[in-house]
Amino acid sequence: MEVLPAEGLGQYAWLLVALPAFGALVLLVGGRRTDRWGHLLGCATVLGAFGFGVALFVQSLGLPAEERVRELSLGTWFGVEALQVDFGIRLDPLSLTFVLLITGVGGLIHVYSIGYMSDDAGRRKFFGQFNLFVAAMLVLVLGDSFVTLYLGWEGVGLASYLLIGWYQGRPSAATAAKKAFLMNRVGDVGLVLAIFLLFRELGTTQYTEVFARAGEIDGATMLAITILLLLGACGKSGQFPLQAWLPDAMEGPTPVSALIHAATMVTAGVYLIARCNPLYDLSETGRLIVAIIGAITLLLGAIIGCAYDDIKKVLAYSTVSQIGYMILAVGLGPAGYAFAILHLLTHGFFKAGLFLGAGSVMHGMHDEVDMRRMGGLARYLPITFVTFGLGYLALIGFPFLSGYYSKDAIIEAAFDEGGWQGWTFGGIALLAAGLTAFYMTRLVLMTFFGEERWKDLRAGDDSDGAEYHPHESPAVMWLPMVLLAVGSVGAGYLLYSGDRLLSWLEPSLGAEVAVDASPIPHALVPLLTVAISALGALVAYLVVGRHRVPVQRPARVSLPVRAARADLYGNAINEALIARPGTWATRALVFMDNKGVDGLVNGTAALLGGTSGRVRRLQTGFVRSYALGMLGGSVLVIATLLAVSL
Amino acid sequence: MSPTYYLLLSALLFSIGAVGVLVRRNAVVVFMCIELMLNAVNLTLVTFARINGTLDGQIMAFFVMVVAAAEVVVGLAIIMSIFKTRRSASVDDANLLKY
Repeated sequence: MEVLPAEGLGQYAWLLVALPAFGALVLLVGGRRTDRWGHLLGCATVLGAFGFGVALFVQSLGLPAEERVRELSLGTWFGVEALQVDFGIRLDPLSLTFVLLITGVGGLIHVYSIGYMSDDAGRRKFFGQFNLFVAAMLVLVLGDSFVTLYLGWEGVGLASYLLIGWYQGRPSAATAAKKAFLMNRVGDVGLVLAIFLLFRELGTTQYTEVFARAGEIDGATMLAITILLLLGACGKSGQFPLQAWLPDAMEGPTPVSALIHAATMVTAGVYLIARCNPLYDLSETGRLIVAIIGAITLLLGAIIGCAYDDIKKVLAYSTVSQIGYMILAVGLGPAGYAFAILHLLTHGFFKAGLFLGAGSVMHGMHDEVDMRRMGGLARYLPITFVTFGLGYLALIGFPFLSGYYSKDAIIEAAFDEGGWQGWTFGGIALLAAGLTAFYMTRLVLMTFFGEERWKDLRAGDDSDGAEYHPHESPAVMWLPMVLLAVGSVGAGYLLYSGDRLLSWLEPSLGAEVAVDASPIPHALVPLLTVAISALGALVAYLVVGRHRVPVQRPARVSLPVRAARADLYGNAINEALIARPGTWATRALVFMDNKGVDGLVNGTAALLGGTSGRVRRLQTGFVRSYALGMLGGSVLVIATLLAVSL
Repeated sequence: MSPTYYLLLSALLFSIGAVGVLVRRNAVVVFMCIELMLNAVNLTLVTFARINGTLDGQIMAFFVMVVAAAEVVVGLAIIMSIFKTRRSASVDDANLLKY
């Protein structure tokens, strides 16, 4: 695929990044002066970028497919000997798709935040950091080299850290922010090493050159590169074994969870692997590892999601699980890249909508997140209920809503692998679809249906004096939710039918290679998926919907539930495998420093001190003994001289 | 008369002086023993001047006498002031300058 210089509108593509960056600068540097209109500027920059993104998209659609990959060089960023890095923008279908998702969904969430954050004294700063995130995310997807990608990668990490720790006063939020930052570092090391390896092998970090000459890299190095890139993706996207930070990241305000930790930033890992598809095409094993990681994560997330009572944590584990689907899809290679992006887009809509719905519930319920203290809210928050319900149906793959198309496509592609891979990946994806239906139905039933348990808390058996006055959120909040719900309903059909997204992405991801080795007929897969999802929902209804939900979390539960409540021991494993040995290593080093290095220094000093303490006793102060010494010494010297000369 | 006897005498005198310095406690006696040693050396110098038939040794002996005279002046002054302050001329009592 030839890369053309960007012309016309494309020459101003830097505006996409510059607008939100400008907003962030004004809001963060401007200080209190911008408090009154800061949120409006924050929304305007992102919506402006969205408008410009749409214009670029329309212009791109007008071009023939082979001219859609364009680059815009903005000059040298830095150059050291052989390492020359240009600051450039790559406009191709893949990056434009992401631009529309980030600025579109991002713009809606910005508008929502005006209402959600209205009581927060630091709202202007919040919008500044939010704009910073959007700018960094756009750098990530628009950059035309791995180094530019890395700049955006770290930028979104910083914004994520700042926003998770938004409620700085809460120790749990501060800890969660640090945890997210540290676990992301682990992944980032992988990404950096992959970039180093690519530079060592090819002497460049520019996508175009790297992908054109990827064939020169030998198999083992390529495998290492793909695994290291995957490590980076695992860190950013909350994939096994680095998944533990994402649920904790829910400590941030809900719009942050919706935008950063559901719709955009956490999908950066999927973007990375899809972007590097020419590398993954060369390494069969690398791709298999990606698919395995995706399969493990999607199952793990779905299992843990069933056990939580915190509405945001359930959604967080659902995100982990859904990104697992995407990673599995990119791991399937040319058969799955486009489906991963499809699921990424539909997931962006419905998961952002679900999070905004959860935020609306929290807004009405005095920031309560425990679903056991909710119930029967459908009557009080009708708009939230409808939009949340549509998002829910889309997520569990209700026929003809977004999730149905995208998830189904991935499951089909997984079965198409054939052999043991087909059975394993397809089976796991199918099983997780049932679990998804279970935990989401449980969430909806506990929140919107059943008894109004929060009433009892005021004056009832389980009373603890907590008062709730559930109420619908203002229009500035429900309007974005409605728009996202429309996306959740329609996006799937719009993108999937007629292979619209597939042919649009073809210049970036290559043509879809249909491998038809499926052990079960294609027509059966959607039916199976829907049937298993329905089964999951039915089980949830039987288990949760028909019984009284206790307000207190039952303590005596079966072993699997206990394991799921403990995040399948993800944190415990991290602690046992990494944190504790780290502590031990540190202690050993401190011991060595104290006893070894310091011992050497202190020992020398003590030896000299002790010796001189003893030797100084020779200075008795008796003149006669000195005289004897002089005499003895002289005799000795003379005797020696005589002995030598003789 | 062979010069050997002069040398033997001077060695004897030097040894007596050295032993006196080491074993006597009274500062004045120690001082006298030092004078004895110096003069034993003078005797050696003069003897060798005689043996070699040059004046070098005798000139050296004069230098030693000058130094000895100066030393006696300073040394006796020190001994006097020590005796004045501590009522003792024993060298073992003046042992404050130690570890």
